[in-house]
Amino acid sequence: MTTPPPGPHEPSFQDDPLARAWREHWGRTVALLLGQFARPDLVEDAVAEAFASAAQRWPQDGVPDSPGAWLLTAARRRVVDRLRAEAVHRRKEPLMVVDARTRAAASATDPSAAAQDEHLPDERLRLIFTCCHPALAAEARVALTLRFVIGLDVPEIARLMLVRPTTMAARITRAKKRLTASGIPFAVPPAGRLDERLDVVATVLYLVFTAGYHPQPGAEPLRVDLGDEAIRLTRVLDSLLPGRGVVRALLALMLLQHSRRDARLGPDGRLVLLPDQDRSRWQRTEIDEALRLLRALPRTTGQGEEYRLQALVAAEHATAPSAASTRWDVIVDHYADLEELTDSPVVRLARAVAAAEVDGPDAGLALLDGLEARLPDHHRLEAVRAELAWQAGRPQAAEAGFLRALDLVPGGPEHEHLTERLAALRTEDLASDASPG
Amino acid sequence: MKFVVLLHQDEQIWRDASPTEREEYYRRHDAFAQVATRTGSTILAGEALAEVETATTVRRRGEQVSVTEGPFAETAEQLGGFYLVEAPHLDAVIEAVRELPEYTVEIRPAIDVA
Repeated sequence: MTTPPPGPHEPSFQDDPLARAWREHWGRTVALLLGQFARPDLVEDAVAEAFASAAQRWPQDGVPDSPGAWLLTAARRRVVDRLRAEAVHRRKEPLMVVDARTRAAASATDPSAAAQDEHLPDERLRLIFTCCHPALAAEARVALTLRFVIGLDVPEIARLMLVRPTTMAARITRAKKRLTASGIPFAVPPAGRLDERLDVVATVLYLVFTAGYHPQPGAEPLRVDLGDEAIRLTRVLDSLLPGRGVVRALLALMLLQHSRRDARLGPDGRLVLLPDQDRSRWQRTEIDEALRLLRALPRTTGQGEEYRLQALVAAEHATAPSAASTRWDVIVDHYADLEELTDSPVVRLARAVAAAEVDGPDAGLALLDGLEARLPDHHRLEAVRAELAWQAGRPQAAEAGFLRALDLVPGGPEHEHLTERLAALRTEDLASDASPG
Repeated sequence: MKFVVLLHQDEQIWRDASPTEREEYYRRHDAFAQVATRTGSTILAGEALAEVETATTVRRRGEQVSVTEGPFAETAEQLGGFYLVEAPHLDAVIEAVRELPEYTVEIRPAIDVA
């Protein structure tokens, strides 16, 4: 068992050649070797071992001129060794379906960096579409993408997806088996099917992105690098399949959310909510790029429109000079469109918050009526109710709401935030009780 | 790669189908065959099955053999037919299956036991 070298998530290795190689070559190497050998089980281990070997050798021998070619050669040698060993044991594993042209291209790879770059983007695109195949369970798609395309290790993926490492290991093994056994091809779908398949890919990339932003108990509250990776892959998708609305809208949405990364955590590591964030720490160039993308995007339908509307909401926040000058009336309209499109109770919740900003807390509370049936045991629903009740001057109802929310929240920064709000409410309540009248 | 394509539907739908609707079914099966051929697959076999009430279930447990009337499992949708297809990959099968009538279709790769 080898210990995987540090991935790009280790901030201290951000500029380390190995971390850069990981970012640039993990997915490519996996994709190339899958194209050649069609054995997802062997390929994954071989690439992990090649990186482990690089972690030992590069600090001593120096970084090779072409790290990608070095890693590919090392990993390929390991696959070939394993295949030889298997031939001795006459063990036969099922092969993935790889078309003859892909295989020829992959095995003919000239290990010079220039020759690789010519067809590598295609290889990685194939890998993304394969990992996001609709015949895989939704959670398997995300797990496979994180493992094969981005190269996170199993315990990390388990932590991000809130399951035990053993569960995640079993899930990935099952997904790899299913890739080969059910005949899922290593291929980009034909033009006529690209758009419906792109929706699935976009959903997975957005899940990868948001996985880095979900504060998990016991984990680092932010995984900025996952946001970087998801944006990078979305850019790859956009450059290889230009002009797709869903990809552009997703890119705009991610850029806007990501632009706030430096302002999301306070110096004490606590979550800073949007209205309290220091807006001068938002990344202006990313916001501007997103706004340019959004201006060029026409109204569309389905997944693309969902991301476009979410991005428009994010754009309102990004362009408001201060929290107080946010155009909440525009945001309410976007959320109303989004709710009509998705019929999502989570969107209704967000719309209620925006409506309260425009028409007061009771307008927000009215939109929340009966929502618990569609969002059972949802701590954010209780938290929003509590905040609105507080604003409406009903501290008892607010306290009960915060207590219910605290019961439901799993822990981590959101738990801390709710505890603080409850304490603030109680302090205010005491103060007003003590004051005469 | 060999795939078995299992076609399920509530039998009542076929019983109630008008002659025009049945024509549409046949047309869709023809389209399935055309798309399959065009996308590099070969249909090795295919049959429509008699209604499930004609089924006979045979179970052997040890030396005990029981023969009973009816299907192995009662379900809302019944197996009504199948195809055996040699296809380059799953996506090629799905592409052809899209052409079929409103069935619930299960696609299963066949494994080589030889």
